[in-house]
Amino acid sequence: MNNAWKNLRADFPILNQKVNGKPLVYLDNAATSQKPQCVIDALTHYYRKDNANVHRGIHALSLRATTGYESARERAAKYLNATEPGEIVFTAGTTDSINLVANAWGDENLKKSDVILLTEMEHHSNLVPWQLLARRTGAKLRYLPIVAGDTGLLDLAQLAKVLTPEVKVFAFTHVSNTLGVINPAAELCTAAKKVGALTVIDAAQSAGHMPLDVRALGCDFLAVSGHKMCGPTGVGLLYGRKVLLDAMPPYRGGGSMISNVEYFESKWAPAPAKFEAGTPNIADVIAFARAMDYLNDLGREAIAQHDEKLAALAYAGLKAEVPGIRILGPAHHRSGVVSFDLKGVHAHDVVTMADQEGIALRGGHHCNQPLMKKLGLSSTSRASFYLYNTETEIDRLVKALQKISKFFAS
Amino acid sequence: MQDLTDLYQSVILDHNRRPRNYKVLPAANRVGSGNNPMCGDQITVYVQLDGDRLTDVSFQGSGCAISQASASLMTLNLKGKTVAEAEAIYANLHRMVTTGKVDEDNLSDLAALAGVHQFPARIKCATLSWHAALNAAKGDEKPVTTEKPGD
Repeated sequence: MNNAWKNLRADFPILNQKVNGKPLVYLDNAATSQKPQCVIDALTHYYRKDNANVHRGIHALSLRATTGYESARERAAKYLNATEPGEIVFTAGTTDSINLVANAWGDENLKKSDVILLTEMEHHSNLVPWQLLARRTGAKLRYLPIVAGDTGLLDLAQLAKVLTPEVKVFAFTHVSNTLGVINPAAELCTAAKKVGALTVIDAAQSAGHMPLDVRALGCDFLAVSGHKMCGPTGVGLLYGRKVLLDAMPPYRGGGSMISNVEYFESKWAPAPAKFEAGTPNIADVIAFARAMDYLNDLGREAIAQHDEKLAALAYAGLKAEVPGIRILGPAHHRSGVVSFDLKGVHAHDVVTMADQEGIALRGGHHCNQPLMKKLGLSSTSRASFYLYNTETEIDRLVKALQKISKFFAS
Repeated sequence: MQDLTDLYQSVILDHNRRPRNYKVLPAANRVGSGNNPMCGDQITVYVQLDGDRLTDVSFQGSGCAISQASASLMTLNLKGKTVAEAEAIYANLHRMVTTGKVDEDNLSDLAALAGVHQFPARIKCATLSWHAALNAAKGDEKPVTTEKPGD
């Protein structure tokens, strides 16, 4: 770990507070991460000094805003090792990015006899847009199952059976927001390529947590949310291979996405502008890029190791110390997400009691209702870790759950 | 955990662990259901209505301790009451879980739910079964929810 890790918690002013009289332990990072001061500063700096509309601007502020916005695209392209900045479309987040692909690519390319392949662990954001596309085009949905039991791993033995030539698109999550499973994304992309299916990776839970290289993964599209990786809410991106983006029709019409407009027809600007109709979310895009710089400074491999260490500690601690706990996901090689069910105690009761200890958890179906049903659960509690969490905080989590388990057993 | 002992009183823990009248009621002539999709709470309420009297009430479902205990307490408190009496009991309960004010003149085991008012996110848990039961008793068996946008 390099020097940027020293005093890292001081970078996040929000962490320095008490909740219900106890120091805040923020373990809801899979829902959204906290923001470092440098990202907050990037936002306020933009509004205090540089705010103007981008593109076609001649005056100084507009040039500054445009430079900031397009520099963000360059940094995002580097962050993902895309071939060129033109492969990055700024969106409102992962959900928006997936909807873009499902609409712009899907409507044009899918027909009734085609199959959309998903996995059983998808977040609603990588499920419902495909259901809508299936409804519009008549294409069929198909699922790669997870293995029986609680590890939540994809059943790769079934892959050849479901990944047939009728599959035109295979959309899957890189890291499960509920199970903490890290899927073998490169392997899945290679398999998809063999049958001629495009791949869409939901990288919401991985982009801020580990090195990510779209060319090494071999994916066609990849969707990211800024707010889960130290950036602001309301901003994200879609990576798409340039040749695919160029061939896709626009998804939304408006200013900025055209090259020429007549009263009865228009010509589109090339990608990525074609997909960014209207005034973009300039300030948040600029701050999002600052967040990527911040993560690069810390080192994304180091972040991944930190997450994995905390997850392993939590897994072992909870399993050993909390009677009646059922932990989902694999014991090893997992992301910093640990979901669990405490026997006889509803997740919302767990979360309410943990909150009284100053610990922020999430309880519910985690936008993963079909998976919950499959696992025979209506809801789970989830602790999810990030770069600013500490081993002491994991201790506090384990102690709080011991207390909760005892309280409901008495 | 002062606030929590208010929220999770022994009455609530007991009703959560051993919910009363947790069964299908074969003689029921009204069946209501409640669903809070954000929470995942689901409940079915069975009412045997004789004229305007709830001669028997039962429920089945899943949810947090607050929702289960409230439903269990509801079956005990509504059994034998007229629809008007049931509505008055619910009006008192609703006031209590939203303001914390306990009706001293009509003290009952429902006072165990008074602590809910300190946890605004949990009020909907306490009221779901009551909405389902009262609507069903009044002839409206459409599924109900007590979640609002933003919950």
